[in-house]
Order: sequence, then C-alpha cells, then structure tokens
Amino acid sequence: MKKGYFGQWGGAFIPEVLYATFAQLNTEYEKARADAAFWQEYVELMGNYSCRPTPLTYAENLSNHFGGARIYIKREDLNHTGAHKANNVMGQGLLVKRMGKKRVIAETGAGQHGVATATMAARFGFDCTVYMGEEDVARQRPNVFWMEKLGATVVPVTSGSRTLKDAMNEAFRDWVSSMDDTHYVIGTVCGPHPFPEMVAWFQSIIGIEAHKQILQQFGRLPSRVYACVGGGSNAMGIFQGFLDTPEVELVGVEAGGEGIDTDRHASRMTGDRASAGVAQGYKTMFLQNPEGQMLDTHSIAAGLDYVGVSPILADLGEQGRVRFEAATDKEVVDALALSMRKEGLIPALESSHGFVQAFKEAPTMAGDEAIIINMSGRGDKDIFTVAHAFDDPSWKKFIVDRGNEYSK
Amino acid sequence: MVRKSMELQTELQQRLKKKNILLMTHLVLGYPSLDTNKEVIEQMALNGVDCIELQIPFSEPIADGPVILKANQQSLEAGITVEQCFAFAAEMAAKYPDVCFLFMTYYNIVFKYGEAAFLRRTRDVGLVGTIIPDLPPEEGEQYFALSKELELAPITFFTPTSTAERMTEVAQQGEGFVYCVARRGVTGKQTAIDESLDSYLEQCRQATGLPLAVGFGISNRDDIAMLTGKADMAVIGTATIRLVDEQGAAAVGPFIAELAGAA
Repeated sequence: MKKGYFGQWGGAFIPEVLYATFAQLNTEYEKARADAAFWQEYVELMGNYSCRPTPLTYAENLSNHFGGARIYIKREDLNHTGAHKANNVMGQGLLVKRMGKKRVIAETGAGQHGVATATMAARFGFDCTVYMGEEDVARQRPNVFWMEKLGATVVPVTSGSRTLKDAMNEAFRDWVSSMDDTHYVIGTVCGPHPFPEMVAWFQSIIGIEAHKQILQQFGRLPSRVYACVGGGSNAMGIFQGFLDTPEVELVGVEAGGEGIDTDRHASRMTGDRASAGVAQGYKTMFLQNPEGQMLDTHSIAAGLDYVGVSPILADLGEQGRVRFEAATDKEVVDALALSMRKEGLIPALESSHGFVQAFKEAPTMAGDEAIIINMSGRGDKDIFTVAHAFDDPSWKKFIVDRGNEYSK
Repeated sequence: MVRKSMELQTELQQRLKKKNILLMTHLVLGYPSLDTNKEVIEQMALNGVDCIELQIPFSEPIADGPVILKANQQSLEAGITVEQCFAFAAEMAAKYPDVCFLFMTYYNIVFKYGEAAFLRRTRDVGLVGTIIPDLPPEEGEQYFALSKELELAPITFFTPTSTAERMTEVAQQGEGFVYCVARRGVTGKQTAIDESLDSYLEQCRQATGLPLAVGFGISNRDDIAMLTGKADMAVIGTATIRLVDEQGAAAVGPFIAELAGAA
C-alpha cells in the first residue's frame, strides 16, 4: 500500500512549498519511531509531568445501576491540562526539539489542544501561536485566558465558519511562510501523512496502559471499548491497545448534535451527509455537499465539531473493525449528569458521548462481561459550557452579578 | 477552439518570439459576480493577456491569502456552482480564442466531480490545462496521466524551498509551463524582487525546458520589468481582484495595458 494510506484513506495532499518540510518531518518521525530511547524518554516525561499511567477506574455504582456489564473508565482526564491532548503535544514537543525548531503553531476548537500546546511550548521554551475560530474564541474565553497566560499568542480566525476547520486552514497558511523555524502541532489523527500515524503513535500510550490494567483488574479482556470520535485521537489511542484482539469490539461515538437526521450534527461515519473527499491535506469522509464544499457542523462539544475524521478510523470503519454510533446533545448532558451523581466523575462533554453509548449497551450485556469507556477529558474546566448546557439558574445569576461588578 | 497541451508550451514559446514576457491573470469565478467576471475578462483579453486562470471556488482554499479566500467565500455564499463555472468557462473560451484559459481549483472539486469527467469536460469546453495547488505529483499520478492523454497541461509548481532534485522530478510530471512560486507563504503579499529571486529563477531554469511563470505578489509595472528576461510569464493574481474591489471592472483594462507596456 502507498505510504500514508489506510485502505483508500489518508495521503498527503500538500502544496509543493511544504514538500521539503514534510520530507524532514517524515525523516525525523521515522528515526524517532525506530529509536526505543525516544519512546522511553516520552514515557518518562509523561510519568513525571502528566500523571501517567492514568488509572483505570472500576465504576461500581454505574455498573450496579445498569445491572449488566462491569464498567471501567480510563482516566485520561487526569492528564496535565485535563485531557489526552497532553500525550500528543508532549510527544511532538520532543520531536520539535530533535528538529531544532524554535516555534510551534496549533489549531484549536474548544481550546484544549491550544492550552496543551501552549503548556508544552512553555515547558520546552518554544514560541507559540494558536489559531482559533472567532466563534470559539467567544465561546471558550477561559481557555483563551490560559493560553495567553502560558505565553502563547492567540489569533482569532474570521474566515469560513470561524471554527476548527478554519483554524486549521489558517495554521497551514502560517506554516507555508514559517516552516523553516516552525512546527505545526496538529492536534488530532488527521491531516497529511505522517500526522495521522504519528499522533496515533503518541496516543497509543492510552491503549497500552488500558490493556495491561484491565487484565490486572478484571483478569480478561473487555467485550467492548467505547470512545468519542471528533478527529479521533483519543479513540485511536485506546483502540490500539485492542486492535489485535478481534474479540474486543471497538465502538466510536460521534456527535449526533440535534439528531443525525437533521443538518445540525458532526457525524461522518453515521448518517448519510458525509462522503469521501480530500481537504486539509488528506482523504477521508467529510461532511460536504455533492460538489465538495464543506458543510457547517454542530455539536454541544466543540472538540467534536469537525467536518472530517481520522483516515485510520475511516478505514477501520470500512473494514468493520470499529462500529460507529452517534449521541445527541441531549443524551450527552443526561449521561454527564448521571456520571457525576453516581461516580463523582465529571467527563468532558466530548467524552460524555462515549458514556451515552456505553450506558445504552451495558444493561444488555452479561454481568461477567466488562466494558471500558475512554474518559478523554475532564468537564470541570469547561464549567462555562457545562453550566450553560445544564441551563443552571444560580450559575447564570452569578455570571450576571459578576458582569455587573466588572462593568461598574 | 481546443488547444492541445503540447501546444500550450509551443503556443507560449511562439508568443515569446514577439514579446519579452507574457502575462497570466487570475480571477475567482462568481466574485463579485459572473457578470463582473465577464467584463474583467473582456478588459484582460483586449489588452493582450496571454493566459487566464479561472478559479473554481472551494470552501477550504489553504494556499490562498485573505483577499482570494474572501472572494472564494463570497462567491460560494452567493451560490456559485461547479456547473456554472463550466458553462462560463465554455463561453469565455469560445469568445476569446486568443487567450489560453486554465482552471485553477483545489483537488476536492475535481475529486467530487470525478477526475476523468472533470478533465474531459475541461478539455471539451476549450480550456488548455489545470492548476491544482494541493495535488502534488505523488498523489496525482492518475490525474497527470489522464491530463496528458487528453492533451491538457497539468501545471506543476517550483518553490523557493524546492531542491534542484525535486524541481527536476516535478517538472518531468508537468506540461505547458511551470508555476514558480516567488516566495514562501500564501497568495497576495508583496514579494521582494531581489537577487535571491534571481538566483532562484536561475535554478528553476536549469531544472526544466518548460516556460517559467512567476507568481505570488507580482502587482505592478516595476515587478514585471524586473522579471523580464528572467521569467517567461508574470502572474497577476490578487492585484486585479483588489483593483476590481476598489475601482470596478473598468479599471482592469488600463492596469493590464500598463503592465503589458512594461513587458
């Protein structure tokens, strides 16, 4: 198979001006991948800086509540900066050091990847610019605050739909001018080769740990593993721990928004609005019209609000190795509420998509089966979004009062 | 009139016997409207433009700077379709047989239409080639082969980051001319015409026998005067879009005439 392809998906559809940059990146990535000391350095860094290995928590109360499979939760929320995004950025940070570059740029939707990149840049001493859709800047002010305090420059993107895909386009536009000293830290398993494969490699640390942990705690493999899918990096991370064991079913849960039969969702693998296409440097299933113009997407979770999906997941879906489902905004808020009340866990709205599908299926499974849900990030840092989703009256009053105080 | 790709190179070389440097202009179809596009093309054709790039809008134009990006977006918002672009291109190619028209767009537009169907129709409506900035030769094997079979010129790119080896490799895949990107970055920013550009163009010349078109940030008479003798064709992109935005379609004629005067 052609390099950088997963079945018919993937590739590197890049402008010629980036040819040399990608040639260098491929060389350095392949060198690092072949070097056991690099992975060792990465694991040590993540252990020392980001709480790895993250625990696999047995959710006894939720298991009893549903009365079916035993539910285990992989705690990526306990990473530094609160999500699995840290795995990818620290890995790419080590690579940037090897390449001798001094500046990193990133795209961000909700701001998690932006905050993670700004954190990595601070730690490694790189300059950092983060591109963020104007609409997301307005919605995710707290993350903009942290990025700026961490020393990054946040550039609001005013083109297109002013969300994640537009931020990605703008980061590419920066990169074609600045590639001599700048690395583009793509936040997910998308984009031109080697990004999907490279980011999946850094995220595989989740699956490697989870495989070991479930054997220790449960004694056997789980029947199913659930993960939310935006670009797909947390899903690829945990799935890789179980890809070679076909008895483990892998379930990816997309953003169903207001329903996959409406035009307000971000489901590429479920529903019928997506089709094969080539954009942002790679070939995958995109939400687009028949002429190839990208559509606007919607999700309550900004991190899943994206037109494309990992080419690796598109291939695994086509092969039938990963089953795709969708969760609606409303189901997501209900699953989040239940997880808080039953287990004291606050999954991010993104992660809660995986919880929705697991909760639907757990009661139909036997008591001697186990399932794992990847809790890709924590929701408490998203207090503005979550409180808004819950439409909480006392929170609203607090915001109004604080607003009044500031406007005095 | 259908020009053949073998002939695009020959055609350009013929013209170079009479002119020191050729001119290629660019416009985004449907921006600000197809009617304005028509007036602009008329002005360009009457004032001796050699080639015109007709850009089919795409929602994610990653190689374009703010001006062309905005033009793509507004054209799409106004409802432009690929079908309209083909019909418009057919009309222009028939009306101005002395101009070599090329489509410029991003690969997804071609992919969704179907490579073979897109290229056949491009040939049938009388265009001479295509410029697809996000389709490198490695990903476009079929596309390049089919273009050649249909005698359309698939345009390739040289950039200041290209090694001599890469330039040779890329040029072997292309036909018609090579689009030499004058600098790093996206379309629409000014390019410094200086010694480093000279040595870059010398390197380009050594890598291929195809004519060299130079674009990205070429916007005035002085730029063109400086390129004369070093390149075969100057590409004016963003500058005309800005001009139409600011002064209307009628300003294009005098602008092109002045540039042609410098050439």
